[in-house]
Amino acid sequence: MKTRRHWRLTTEYQDDLVLFRTRLARAGMAGLVLLAIVAPLVIGDFWTTVLVYAGISSVGAIGLNLLTGFTGQVSLGHAFFLGVGAYTAAVLARLGLPFPLWLLGASVMGGVIGGLVGPFALRLRGHYLAIVSLGLLFLGNHVFEQWTAVTGGLTGTAVSASVALGPLDVANLRQVGLPLNRTQGFFYFTWMVVAVLALAARNLLRTRPGRALQAVRDRDQAAEVIGVSLVHWKVGAFVVSSGYAACAGAMYAAFARYVSPLDWGLFLSISYVAMIVVGGIGSVAGSILGALFLTLLPRLVEAVSGSLPFVNATGGQGGITVFTLNQALFGLLIVGFLLWEPMGLIELWRRLKRYFAAWPFSY
Amino acid sequence: MTDFLHFLIAGLSLGAVYALVALGFVVIFRATGVINFAQGSLVVLGAFLVHQFAVKLGWPFPVAVLLALAITAGVAALIERLVMRPLVGQPLFASILVTLGLAFVLDQASAAIWGYDVQLIGDPWGVETLSLGGITVKELDLWAIVIAGLVLGGFFLLFRRSTLGVAMRAAASDPEAALAHGISPRTVHAISWALAGALAVIAAVLIAAGPKGVDLTLGLIAFRAFPAMILGGMDSTEGAVAGGLIIGLTEVMTAGYLTPAAPWLGGNFHVVMPYLLMIVILVVRPYGLFGTAEVRRV
Repeated sequence: MKTRRHWRLTTEYQDDLVLFRTRLARAGMAGLVLLAIVAPLVIGDFWTTVLVYAGISSVGAIGLNLLTGFTGQVSLGHAFFLGVGAYTAAVLARLGLPFPLWLLGASVMGGVIGGLVGPFALRLRGHYLAIVSLGLLFLGNHVFEQWTAVTGGLTGTAVSASVALGPLDVANLRQVGLPLNRTQGFFYFTWMVVAVLALAARNLLRTRPGRALQAVRDRDQAAEVIGVSLVHWKVGAFVVSSGYAACAGAMYAAFARYVSPLDWGLFLSISYVAMIVVGGIGSVAGSILGALFLTLLPRLVEAVSGSLPFVNATGGQGGITVFTLNQALFGLLIVGFLLWEPMGLIELWRRLKRYFAAWPFSY
Repeated sequence: MTDFLHFLIAGLSLGAVYALVALGFVVIFRATGVINFAQGSLVVLGAFLVHQFAVKLGWPFPVAVLLALAITAGVAALIERLVMRPLVGQPLFASILVTLGLAFVLDQASAAIWGYDVQLIGDPWGVETLSLGGITVKELDLWAIVIAGLVLGGFFLLFRRSTLGVAMRAAASDPEAALAHGISPRTVHAISWALAGALAVIAAVLIAAGPKGVDLTLGLIAFRAFPAMILGGMDSTEGAVAGGLIIGLTEVMTAGYLTPAAPWLGGNFHVVMPYLLMIVILVVRPYGLFGTAEVRRV
């Protein structure tokens, strides 16, 4: 007789590798997919737009989490790679390349530049990558500002990258008889990309490369001793992470249709750091959760700022602007989560699951 | 030649300021093994405090500076107590990210109080110049070099000759062994943060003096002091000085000679030149000019 084991009982390695451990988990995922299909039809254009940006941020956040959360390397240059992706996509689309090619081309370009920079930045342990990637960010911003032929300089550049496969144009799904506008089309497209890339990240992590990355993070010397090449895997993680960032940047450019060098500054890098810290360091689902949370937060702040007495339009004199409030909140969230909930929002969810695992018997 | 001397003095003065900021990193790094990404925000806070006391309240400049020193050192020590201490023993990235988060909180708190506009700090130097052997020099530049020289010399002695300096090294290399010898790593950590806060104010006064004033972008100075620290070696006082001077000179010389010669590099190229230099240095000498190479056997 085949008996069903309790879902938390792990007896062999395979149990650790499955994506969904229970039918309930599978049903939960199906529910989320259903929710994603229905959401843009009911929440209106404004919030759909916000969720498109959240999806784009999710891709970037998953990339940063692969590097910071799973490999333990802190990078502040993430915004630079988003910029690389955006401009590569803009140029490739201008050259007339179709949609899958410019998206792929942008991601590959991000990965290649990551691979070129990585060996210098990752030579040393600890703080060096953080500082070198900060330098990279500033150098990159300078190039973005000066290389006017590509970036349009400080005035920015318009991007017309069509997301169309044959007759199926994401921006114009009415053509094929679907009653969806551009925003809704982009919503489905973006979150499909998120799903694919999240699955890719999960698969990466539950196979040999993932184990190697986590070994590098947890005990680098021991990892090197048992034959995990630090240089190889650190640079590898940097390449993949940069590729994810560039992909997010390309999607951003295609959706926003306009990019300026000012988009890729330090604050964007910090926002991504905040996303993975708030969502959950070392968790793919956490990256998405963090991206959602930190994209929605500024909109919520804007919504309530009218009724906050200390918020005004110009700042100073005891008042602060919405912009100030947002930046301070991002900073506070990073500090607060690292101090009190270092595993992020996803840990709250895990704790809830643990609690109900043996419910009603607590122990 | 006159041009060159001008650039030399301007470069040394800028370099002295970078050295002070880099020394702020080094003090904390030596004692706690953490790089304080919020150092730039302490600089901004210090400059705004001087502005508050010297300009808004009209108190004498030295009094204003001393008060700003005390308050900023206090804020830094408070950060250590409330935020950094609970993180002792946590992975490295936690401390990096926390100081980054703090940078944003501190910056925006300053902006909330003093706004985004440039504010003067009411220093006594202003735009006064004096003539030295045929070339005109800003008094401020000379003062910057002298003050930075004195402060850096003092810190050099502190690290080398005082019990506190030894205690800092002990606390950084092995907190438990330090404790067994009667050194409290907690006190040492708090003191090093307070010292870094005080250093930030001195740097702040020297940068924001004269017509320049202070606004939030002043914090970017600290980011440009990173290359100085890397160049000199993360844990070395003399390295911070050498790195600061080299970066300061590089920046001014780039602006003076390279940018006019190669306009395609862009008008702000001197601002990013330090980072370029840093990356080159990391390739050639990863532990900087004076840094201690980390020995690990694999």
